[in-house]
Amino acid sequence: MIMRRIKGFMLKRMHGMITCREFEDFVLSYLDDTLPPNQRKRFEWHMKICRECRDYLAAYQRTIELGQSILAADDKPLPDDVPEDLVQAILDARGR
Amino acid sequence: MASEPSSQKTLGGLVDDAAAELLVRENIAWMLDLAERLLRDRGLAEDVVQESLISALRGLGDFKGESALKTWLHRITTNTAISKLRKLKRVAEESIDDYLPVFDQNDCRLELPWTQLVSLQELLETEEIREHVAKGISTLPDSYRIILQLRDIEGYSTAETAELLELSTDNVKVRLHRARSALKKLLEPALRGEMQI
Repeated sequence: MIMRRIKGFMLKRMHGMITCREFEDFVLSYLDDTLPPNQRKRFEWHMKICRECRDYLAAYQRTIELGQSILAADDKPLPDDVPEDLVQAILDARGR
Repeated sequence: MASEPSSQKTLGGLVDDAAAELLVRENIAWMLDLAERLLRDRGLAEDVVQESLISALRGLGDFKGESALKTWLHRITTNTAISKLRKLKRVAEESIDDYLPVFDQNDCRLELPWTQLVSLQELLETEEIREHVAKGISTLPDSYRIILQLRDIEGYSTAETAELLELSTDNVKVRLHRARSALKKLLEPALRGEMQI
């Protein structure tokens, strides 16, 4: 608690540093590689001294990888048989 | 969206009955799968695919061949599914604030210490965890889930997602980040290796 208060005080006042809340605002752009160099540097400095944000980002990235791995369309085998009634309904409606 | 079905050979002119049937048969399974992922409802997915394929067959003459046929059909299916969600008012605003990161009065992150972060390989080995992830994604309100699916899973860019959903790119970015953060929170027991299997 006291350590966190000291950290918060330092991050708010140290030149070139960002707070955890500001770090949060930059996460998406950092991962998309669209952060301007100056902001990227600040983001990476923050990560070096803030374990909570470092851990948060690692878990955030793992979440994205996990979602993509499990729900990726290409992974899933598709059924061989097609729903005949739906196929016929589409073909019948085509000429109307 | 790589392989080109043989039915594309008929493009550029009128499509005869045999070619139309071939196009439907070659694409219906993945289109149903896509629509079901977006709508989370098999019946609605069938309606959307029916509407999409009829619209595609009628508009095939307008298809310029600038993208792959599958990409074109993917876009039509996604658009039709989003329209369906809108009609059903399932993209209405819902709060996910309870799942978002929290900060103290000094803007410091409040995050429980991570003693371990389970590797992707380990997470993918367990069927229960796969189900847990799918359930976690479907727990998100549609207004967030759909952005996560379009951007992270279906492979649309931020600009394309914004266009499909008629939102600004900034709005898409904010919602995508919130959706990912909320999903992280929902999946934490699995990510921390604390899930009872």
